[in-house]
Amino acid sequence: MPDQPAIHSLLQQYIPALSSYNELFSDGNNIRPDWQTFFSSLHQLGYKELRNRNVDILRLLKENGVAYNIYNDPSGQTRPWELDPIPQLITAHEWEIINAGLIQRAELFDLLLKDIYGPQTLIKNGIVPQELIYLHPGFLRSCVNIKLPGTQHLVLYAADMARGIDGRLWIISDRTQAPSGSGYALENRFAMSSVLPDLFSNLNVKRLSPYFDSLQQALTNIAPRNSDNPRVVVLTPGPDNETYFEHSYLAAYLGLTLVQGNDLMVKDNYVWLKTIDALEKVDVILRRLDDVYCDPLELKSDSLLGIPGLVQVVRKGNVAIANPLGSSIVESAGLVPFLPAVAKHFFGTDLIMPTIATWWCGQPKEMNYVIANLKTLVVRKIFRNIAGTRSAIDGASLSAAEAEELIRQIKANPYLYVGQEKINFSSTPSWLDEKIVAGHSLFRSFLVSHNNSYIAMPGGLTRTNTGANSFIISNQLGGISKDTWVLSADDEQEQPVSLQLTTDNLQHKILKRSLPSHTAENLFWVGRYTERVIYNARLQRTVMQRLLQNNKTFVTDDESTEAVLLQTLTQCTYTFPGFFEDSTSAKREELYAKPWTELTDVLYNEKRNGSLSHNLLLLKNAVYSVRNFWALDTWRVLRQMEDEWNSAKSDMYADHLRMIGGIDSLNTSMFAFLGMNRESVRREQGWNIMDLGRKLEQSLYIITLLRSVFQKKQEEQTEHELLESVMIAGQSLITYRYTYRDHLQLPMALELLMLDTNYPKSLAYLVKKIKRYISLLPKEGKEIPLSNKQRNIHEADTLLKLADVVALTKFDPVSKEYTALTDFLDKLYSLIADTSMLISKTYFKHSQTQKQLFTANFI
Amino acid sequence: MLYSVEHTTKYQYHEQVSLCHNIAVLAPRNTDKQTCRAFNIIISPLPEVLEEHTDFFGNKVYYFVIEQEHEELTVTVKSQVEKINGHDLKVNHPGQSWEIVKQMLLNSTGEFMAEKQFTHPTQITAATAEIKKYAELSFPPGKSLFEAVYNLIKRIHSDFKFTPGFTTVSTPLSVVMKERKGVCQDFAHFAISCIHSIGLPARYVSGYLETLAPAGKEKLAGVDASHAWISVFIPGMGWVDFDPTNNQLANEQYITIGWGRDYFDIIPLKGVIMSSSSHELKVSVDVRRLEE
Repeated sequence: MPDQPAIHSLLQQYIPALSSYNELFSDGNNIRPDWQTFFSSLHQLGYKELRNRNVDILRLLKENGVAYNIYNDPSGQTRPWELDPIPQLITAHEWEIINAGLIQRAELFDLLLKDIYGPQTLIKNGIVPQELIYLHPGFLRSCVNIKLPGTQHLVLYAADMARGIDGRLWIISDRTQAPSGSGYALENRFAMSSVLPDLFSNLNVKRLSPYFDSLQQALTNIAPRNSDNPRVVVLTPGPDNETYFEHSYLAAYLGLTLVQGNDLMVKDNYVWLKTIDALEKVDVILRRLDDVYCDPLELKSDSLLGIPGLVQVVRKGNVAIANPLGSSIVESAGLVPFLPAVAKHFFGTDLIMPTIATWWCGQPKEMNYVIANLKTLVVRKIFRNIAGTRSAIDGASLSAAEAEELIRQIKANPYLYVGQEKINFSSTPSWLDEKIVAGHSLFRSFLVSHNNSYIAMPGGLTRTNTGANSFIISNQLGGISKDTWVLSADDEQEQPVSLQLTTDNLQHKILKRSLPSHTAENLFWVGRYTERVIYNARLQRTVMQRLLQNNKTFVTDDESTEAVLLQTLTQCTYTFPGFFEDSTSAKREELYAKPWTELTDVLYNEKRNGSLSHNLLLLKNAVYSVRNFWALDTWRVLRQMEDEWNSAKSDMYADHLRMIGGIDSLNTSMFAFLGMNRESVRREQGWNIMDLGRKLEQSLYIITLLRSVFQKKQEEQTEHELLESVMIAGQSLITYRYTYRDHLQLPMALELLMLDTNYPKSLAYLVKKIKRYISLLPKEGKEIPLSNKQRNIHEADTLLKLADVVALTKFDPVSKEYTALTDFLDKLYSLIADTSMLISKTYFKHSQTQKQLFTANFI
Repeated sequence: MLYSVEHTTKYQYHEQVSLCHNIAVLAPRNTDKQTCRAFNIIISPLPEVLEEHTDFFGNKVYYFVIEQEHEELTVTVKSQVEKINGHDLKVNHPGQSWEIVKQMLLNSTGEFMAEKQFTHPTQITAATAEIKKYAELSFPPGKSLFEAVYNLIKRIHSDFKFTPGFTTVSTPLSVVMKERKGVCQDFAHFAISCIHSIGLPARYVSGYLETLAPAGKEKLAGVDASHAWISVFIPGMGWVDFDPTNNQLANEQYITIGWGRDYFDIIPLKGVIMSSSSHELKVSVDVRRLEE
């Protein structure tokens, strides 16, 4: 073991804040024993190596797509998750107390919840003031006196804790609505144990998996029926939610279906999952959506995220929800001052864990205290606002006017506010800018109901702040996370977290996987946007190359190859008016004189519909919306693509060749993405839907391209150049030369691109594939009469089979227009576009909107 | 006195609706002043699910679902309600002053739970400074609670103009206060808000009011309507119903369905349809005397 001086040299920048508990040193220069062990391992690893590993951790998390969404960010950006390689340590002895304290608290909240939604003896006996419950927006009157399944009503509980100046962990706040963070804790552990296994070596770190096993068990236990094999879904508000990553991560880890409100419906007093096959009964909902949003009929009427009629199904006892609707009431900070009396009432004992001092303003004396001591307190509302807004206000940070306004608000609604003491968070070693400095941390532990009591995750999510000793640490407002190591006295080694549970109920896993229609729709659009990006990128590259080759910056002639190609680009990307601009001739001249301005915009302007960047964003959103469909490697590819495209974008004015280079690497990544999917996605409904989307997009693209380029007969040289460009854009030139061993001619080119059933890029081939995929869709009869979708695609197929390229390439001798070809392509386009629309209508019906009915007729 | 009430609500949609969830709070409650003798709810098309339960405030709630395609939804309720005598309050003694009642409730811990829950504003009944100022004129020191409330509804009746169509269910009270216009529901909310601003309990009552045909003329069918008024807790008298729209205490002609903190706790009929279709609504109410 290295001597203390060696370790001290690592810690030169660690300067603990004044009047805070020092986690690292017991007194003067003595490092606490567990930290001594930890830093010995770290010393052995070496400072330089730690730096490298830290980079690895960040890369691993980024590649795994671990992210945190930020509300109100218009571009929908996700923030990569940050993890400090130095963990938070909790000793075995300390954990014993915390564990007992947390379990007691969870049991207490469970009893509180049952009492509030049942007999209300606490209010009747004057232990809890009525106003505290009745004026809380989380007290859901429609959920009172509903009989719930399971011995514990509160299934999930989480507590935020921080170490006070006395070195003890104090409870800062409670979470009973839909506690988030357990998935991030798991992912943190996964990253730490894969990248820094050496640091675990001399410490016995408790494993996290028992918590997740119990979670799965708890969800099964509350199922009202079908108790061997219940269908459990994770209800998420959707990809815009700050912790959407975690929702999908947990769903994948626990083997559950991830759904949004409109994937579910209430019918016949049951909750059903809408899949593309049929409706399937849902037994248990793991709720990550705030309860008031869950039912627009009986709860918040303007919620579009919920399931109309859900409360009634709960009332009938036909579905179980974890946590139950209405559970947020017990996390009210206003209850904190009353908890000791509640504990006395139920248990006859005191609380084990200390809670920071809290004054509920609903009592006159307490309100006056809070107002008089505003500067030294933190003020919060007793319920959490919509996410993204600040829930806690540091009294010291307020200007005189702000303080006055806050006091006015408190006086207007005293019941809704509490004042809380500020504690000085402890100082703990943290990694910042490649140095070990002192930071402050907030630790969240998670509990789940288990055997008539609760089990706590031995570990959790720690968030740190290396800035001022701030009371308020939140992911929304920034903050870095830490893995939390609960040390064990026993020799219990951390094992790498596997991504599959090792429970013995394997049967559970083999449950038929039906595709929620919402997922199906997103997969369909992943397919369509993938091809849209690829085809647009190729066309844009081809047009740009053509401009460069000719070294002509002036495109004067409307009939020139360049002019036709530029207009085709506008047509295919659907970025009108684009090169069709004809508002004033000056504007048009300017556009054609300097086409690169428009070309650059169509490439990079993310806000412009049809631009490559915009389509990439749509693709990213669609991929993200079905995130547990993809293999981990797929994320790696997508991240890389994003990085490369962003760096290409930053080069956008550099030079035209570099722009083309950016498109090239984008295309390479797109094919890696496709290849990855081909390797890893099971050939089930999901694959069929996605590939169907691709084939439809490809067909429509080819039709649009041909229709736009070959409108009229051009001069031989021009037509040849156009033909060549089309073949290059479609990557078909080599195939053409190999097949026909001749120079380019329109009839033969059309035969290859439209009619060759052996060429995967030809329309005939694509339509054949589409026909096959449609026949595989559920509800699709294989007999006569055909559905409209089948009829359409059969007609397209027949049209192609009967087509005669020589007849199609005849042009009108006067106008020179390829009338036959245009008509033919138009007909095909409408058949295929209608097919796509009919598929959306049949299988993605969830997009139906909901509407409120009210009566109003009064005298 | 025995009354029959027939209340029909009809929605016509502009396109097929395949699923609709509804909640109807239309069954008259039993109170110390009325007994519901018969109640019947007829829904067309026939609902696939029809359930009843009692809500937080003790009102009877019907939940129904129509799971077949339909373009029209009709809900008819028929009830017979016997009014019990006892509306003629003996207001000989002035009763306790409002300050005493307020203090009594403030000091109570668990014993007045049922009354105290109606002391606090909801989103719609939250009082502005202007509303509080308006209310205070009716609550001078020492005045009995009964007289203060009676004075308040009298002032509302004379200061506000009954104007159908000016407000909707979501018009805020600040607008009602400023324009001094509205219908019974606005006046009830306004009165409740005033009483809350003083710190006293008041609740929102949903029901019907019998209207009488002009002398010598036959009453037309369906001309009645849903009505709303308020109820105030007065120790020694219990919950006393005042009608700010008509400046009177609720008498035999008032048939109570139920109550809540405001309109949104006791919406007669509400629903969620899965469709973006617009709809038209027709309501008819008939209140008739069956026997004297």
